[in-house]
Amino acid sequence: MKVAVCVKQIPDPASDYSLDPATHNLVRPAEQVLDDTDRYGVEMALQIAEQHEGSVTLVSMGPSGNLQGIRQALAMGADKAVLVDDEELKGSDSLTTAKVLAAAIAREEYDLVIAGTESTDGYSGIVPQQVAALLGIPSLTYATQVDTDGSSVSIRRQTAAGYDEVSASTPVLVSVTAGVVEPRYPTFKGIMQAKQKPVDTVTAGDLGVEASPGQAIRSVQPAPAREAGEKVVDEGEAHLQVVAALEQAKVV
Amino acid sequence: MSILVFIEESNGGPVPVGLEILTKVRAQGDVAVAYAGTGGEAVWAALGSHGATSVHHIPTDAGKLAPGAVAKAVASIIESTSPDAVLVGGTYDGRDVAGWLSALTGMSVLANATGLAFDGGLVVTNEVFGGTQLVESTFDGTGIVLVRPKAFAAEAGDGGAPAVSVVDLPDIGHAGSAAVTGSHVEESEGPKLEEANVVVAGGRGIGEAEKFALVEELAGLLGGATGATRAIVDAGWVPYAKQVGQTGKTVKPDVYIALGISGAMQHLVGMKDAGTIIAVNKDEEAPIFSVADLGVVGDVHQVVPKLIEALKAR
Repeated sequence: MKVAVCVKQIPDPASDYSLDPATHNLVRPAEQVLDDTDRYGVEMALQIAEQHEGSVTLVSMGPSGNLQGIRQALAMGADKAVLVDDEELKGSDSLTTAKVLAAAIAREEYDLVIAGTESTDGYSGIVPQQVAALLGIPSLTYATQVDTDGSSVSIRRQTAAGYDEVSASTPVLVSVTAGVVEPRYPTFKGIMQAKQKPVDTVTAGDLGVEASPGQAIRSVQPAPAREAGEKVVDEGEAHLQVVAALEQAKVV
Repeated sequence: MSILVFIEESNGGPVPVGLEILTKVRAQGDVAVAYAGTGGEAVWAALGSHGATSVHHIPTDAGKLAPGAVAKAVASIIESTSPDAVLVGGTYDGRDVAGWLSALTGMSVLANATGLAFDGGLVVTNEVFGGTQLVESTFDGTGIVLVRPKAFAAEAGDGGAPAVSVVDLPDIGHAGSAAVTGSHVEESEGPKLEEANVVVAGGRGIGEAEKFALVEELAGLLGGATGATRAIVDAGWVPYAKQVGQTGKTVKPDVYIALGISGAMQHLVGMKDAGTIIAVNKDEEAPIFSVADLGVVGDVHQVVPKLIEALKAR
């Protein structure tokens, strides 16, 4: 089974995020890492490729800069990567991102496309569905479990109350939740091999995609912060203060 | 301004966020609803009283929403009615439909909206970076807004019955071939997480899966629901249905009790609008304390059993 996985390099979540006050674009710290939620998608893809004699291709959009995040996924075991890096794509909306990813995937042979449900930095949570729609394949979303016999895919789809069982024949897109599988850590050998694996860098023009922002930011301001209240160190009696707070809130 | 709101069926009626959106936008004029589900007189009445003037009914089987085909039907409604804005509730199904609809129509999407203003045109507010920054955005042309559940309150008004027309679900071939073959409910006792007045939630700091029983016992005593952080859901301690935060549920209870929760940005965004926040955590530097009305720096396993005893003794 040929598997394409959408991945994103994001600014290290431990670093400070900000929006450029003039352009409203995300100010990206130089250090980029593989979005943590993508590790689950990569792991899922690797397990399926191992079971069904396949290959795993990473597809990503963003500034190439350092390829730390992509190399992380290659070190886990992915075979190659396609990175779409284009100045024109700065500040793209989710639909433009999806058009780019779908065009990059369409150039590859694929039976299955895997994506995380949402990125940790942008979290619009709709790019996988947009990619499926653009490719004209079914989207099986919010998967907490994925099974395949090689020609059809079944998932447990997270719902508000529990889960649904949903299936479709390939080609198909699956978006996976964090926790769907336990991501492996790259081995030393994997890290060394990742340095030699092909990373194909292309532009939006190469894919025939035109960036259209579709939306504009008017203002950015800090949200009114919630005030911190009282902080007490428990010396054996703090539970009484909790009781008092519950009484004050009239829930006991 | 003419507005189209997409609402899917949930538990036999309109999904709650749909009525929240209608309440927010009904003063703006012509509000049409694209409704996916089985529908019926009671549903139309609820949509009408919350502000819908017309309903385009897309008949789908209960609990079996096919996002591609439904989005295609909504796209045909947009083509024939040319609304100025399209609003969708940010549920799992809502996000699926909005994504497909965007790709089918070329319309841009603003997700996680917590505010809507009608200042000449539609102005959308989203919270980013864990709710620390508010961003106001506008669309070039007509766009799709995904509205965060609980951003607005639902309130019935005096609207009458809307005009209902039927839009058949189109056949979109392979793209629409995903089939729902079963549904499983992971129900827990007590009130639903989204509706409970009291939520008691646990994080990594509770130590191990078995200790979630403490969270459950306290919630039971307070007539509340239990919640969890993504960390312990990912660890398999509790089901996904309990997750509070960015990827989980948004809750606004009167009281939120955070036990062993550090307060990552992604968690805070789902609970920071609770009435009173009480946090118990060993780490006095935990970010949860920056939003807590009462923060107890202490061991959950010391404080909570005593709290449970004190409540039982009342």
